[in-house]
Amino acid sequence: MSDTIAFRLNGQPVQLNVDQDRTLLWVLRTDLGLTGTKYGCGESHCGSCTVLVNDRAMRSCALTVKEVQDKEVVTIEGLAKDGSLHPLQQAFMAHDALQCGFCTPGMILTAVSLLRSNPQPSREQIIRGMEDNFCRCGAHTRIIDAVQTAAAAMKGVR
Amino acid sequence: MSPTSYPMLNLQQGTDSVASPGSSRRDFLKRLGGGLVVFVVLGDWAAAQEGARPLPGRRELPNDFNAFVRIGEDGRVTCFTGKIEMGQGPITSLPQMVAEELEVPLESVDIVMGDTDLCPFDMGTWGSMTTRGFGPALRAAAAEAKAVLLELASETLKVPADQLTAEAGMIFDPKAPARRISYGELTKGQRIERHLTVKPTLKDFAQFKVSGKPVLRRDARDKVTGKAHYAADLRQPGMLYAKVLRPPAHGATLKRADTAAARTVAGVQVIEDGEFIAVLHELPDVAEQALAKVKAEFDVPPSMVNDRTIFDHLVHVAPPVKVVSQDGDLTQGKAQAARRFAGSYLNSYVAHSAMETHAALAKIEGGKATVWASTQNPFGLRDEVAHAIGFAIEDVRVITPFVGGGFGGKTFNLQAVEAARLAKATGRPVQVMWSREEEFFNDTFRPAAVVKIDAGIDSAGKMVFWDYEVIGAGDRGAAQFYTIPFHRTTASGNFNGPPGLHPFGVGAWRAPGNNTNTFARESHIDLLAAAAGMDPVEFRLRQLADPRMIRVLKAAAEHFGWTAAAAPSRRGYGVACGTDAGSYVAAIAEVAVDANKGNVQVKRVVCAQEMGMVINPEGATIQMEGCITMGLGYALTEEVHFNGGAILDTNFDTYQLPRFSWVPKIESVIVDANDLPPQGGGEPAIILMGAVVANAIHDATGARLVQLPMTPERIKAALAQARSAPTPG
Repeated sequence: MSDTIAFRLNGQPVQLNVDQDRTLLWVLRTDLGLTGTKYGCGESHCGSCTVLVNDRAMRSCALTVKEVQDKEVVTIEGLAKDGSLHPLQQAFMAHDALQCGFCTPGMILTAVSLLRSNPQPSREQIIRGMEDNFCRCGAHTRIIDAVQTAAAAMKGVR
Repeated sequence: MSPTSYPMLNLQQGTDSVASPGSSRRDFLKRLGGGLVVFVVLGDWAAAQEGARPLPGRRELPNDFNAFVRIGEDGRVTCFTGKIEMGQGPITSLPQMVAEELEVPLESVDIVMGDTDLCPFDMGTWGSMTTRGFGPALRAAAAEAKAVLLELASETLKVPADQLTAEAGMIFDPKAPARRISYGELTKGQRIERHLTVKPTLKDFAQFKVSGKPVLRRDARDKVTGKAHYAADLRQPGMLYAKVLRPPAHGATLKRADTAAARTVAGVQVIEDGEFIAVLHELPDVAEQALAKVKAEFDVPPSMVNDRTIFDHLVHVAPPVKVVSQDGDLTQGKAQAARRFAGSYLNSYVAHSAMETHAALAKIEGGKATVWASTQNPFGLRDEVAHAIGFAIEDVRVITPFVGGGFGGKTFNLQAVEAARLAKATGRPVQVMWSREEEFFNDTFRPAAVVKIDAGIDSAGKMVFWDYEVIGAGDRGAAQFYTIPFHRTTASGNFNGPPGLHPFGVGAWRAPGNNTNTFARESHIDLLAAAAGMDPVEFRLRQLADPRMIRVLKAAAEHFGWTAAAAPSRRGYGVACGTDAGSYVAAIAEVAVDANKGNVQVKRVVCAQEMGMVINPEGATIQMEGCITMGLGYALTEEVHFNGGAILDTNFDTYQLPRFSWVPKIESVIVDANDLPPQGGGEPAIILMGAVVANAIHDATGARLVQLPMTPERIKAALAQARSAPTPG
């Protein structure tokens, strides 16, 4: 059913006339041109399509657009503020915490969500928080290090 | 300024021995626009293309050049390579090589990768060949460019070239530093054709300022901000997204298809061409929903084999063996053995499972096709597409954006053929991106394999004979390297077939064949060490002659803090070593086994690798870590379930990839060998992960795992067997 869907996307209001049952992932990637959000599995297993919805990491492959009605959605493109990278983005770069980079947006946004709920996580808590995001290249240890570095840099700021 | 007014310099190394330049080089010059362009041909071009195999329509290799660099008027340097970036890091390491030889800052070097119209022909990005195969040609191109710039500067500055110094993109006379000129200024002027009479030498490692130093990834910023484009991220005006009808099983044939319901979806276009049926729409999700409305019936051949019976099948249909290596008379060796141990080692099919599924965007305009694709093989893809749509190879251009992981799985390019066929049929740009289920279905899996080993030790605990046969996986890494007086190694079939051996497509999977062979060899060596009552590191060292292997094994043991003990020592320590891609690698792992659940936690892995000269130690370390982490998957959980041609795994719920909680403490040790030519770094460490974990489990429990992956069920079964009938040692 086509309807007007309104939400905030990367800090800007968005109004769309789309079938409200369409999947957020495809609306982001196609209608809105934000291709940083990746399709990896389509069934919520891998985390490549992770976005923030009201500050919480969610799988955009498992959300319809109507589920984000009136909510605040942040994709990887909206994470840097005024041209300065988020501490997690900086830490991923400083640690070379990526290879092919395909899982990276989902990893970073999952970590943003993790640090919002737990600003100073232990290594164990980072592992648990990132557990359901897959990286095939094997950047895991560096991703854990990057999250720790970013947490320290953010000094508990959510 | 028009392109032709730029200075162009065409030079060849050993001009007499090189075929005439031909038109292709002129074509390149035209497309590259301005600047100084230096071509070189280096080395045995065919030999540098290890792993090459014929594809339909593939043309002969060009032999007039294999690398070139361009220096623009702004002083920026561009290197061009048919290699692609899929995470393994040449986007950083290749510019390091150019910056080093050309004496320019790394920041001024750009790289164009995997564009068949702009880059020199390349056989594909695989076999850890980028640094060791392409690297020398690129370094030579950069060195020659510097030599030519020195000659040009000599003429301009009126100073003999041998009195000039090149540094940071400038050439100057050290005795009169005011006499200086930049590379950019030198490239202005007339078109120049020049051949060097004296071939410049490459720099020694000791002189390196950029190469050999750790450099962070140059693509990281684009990848952490979402700016990095992969094939499915590209858009063209008027494009359609296509979903292709798949059979339920390999070998199935389409009986009938009813597309009427799909056609009722607004905006849908259906293409039917024999068994090739696709549904297209301006929105990918709508195309997918419409495809679900296609009612298709298939004839599915009866299943002759499944994931449990595959090993008997492989043994049964194994083609004639090829001898990989042998020495001495095995009969004599067997007679000298005090004790003999025979064993079979099995591994299942394993999926590549790159996080990015296969994707391609094809556009046909004015009789020319352009295909943007996730591929490890842009030139092979070009040939495949040209063949499929009946175009001349020259009329197909392939552009490779960032590739989201390959591991050998993006060697073949069915998705690009599909996109091109559909672009031709619809007259609009078409994108194909496979779903995860399609990715599993169309994957060219790492082959299942059986390795049979019969080996013996004498009364002093030394190996006297070794009889080894690998079926299904190929011979990479099979040749044993221990000092064994009587030995024979044979291989039957390989990771490409022959047809009938494997029930569906198989292919290269990171260090193809070697994971199978190293798991079997190093497990059996460990079994013999235990039978001899000897420490497994000492047992190996006593029977190794190659100093490079001895060095990495000692380095791993030293870094780990290894103390000698025969297995099972109950410490949970395992060791393995091997060679791949010209490199030497050894690892020691520590595991903890939960005997009740059958779970194994790998707690620590120390890996020592010697890969000759290392261009980017940071990148090499990342590759080692990636190998160890990825290798945990095939060691512990990854196996493709199937019944006949039906692939039962469709997503990551049943097919388990390594997760954060599995990852051990990883300590990578690069064993210094910068005086040797660079070797492969992207694959070697992964070959050890089966054996090093199996050997550690044995050390922890006394149970010998002989089948990969080592699932909880198999671990529990091995533990039960060890309790009832202990394996040797």
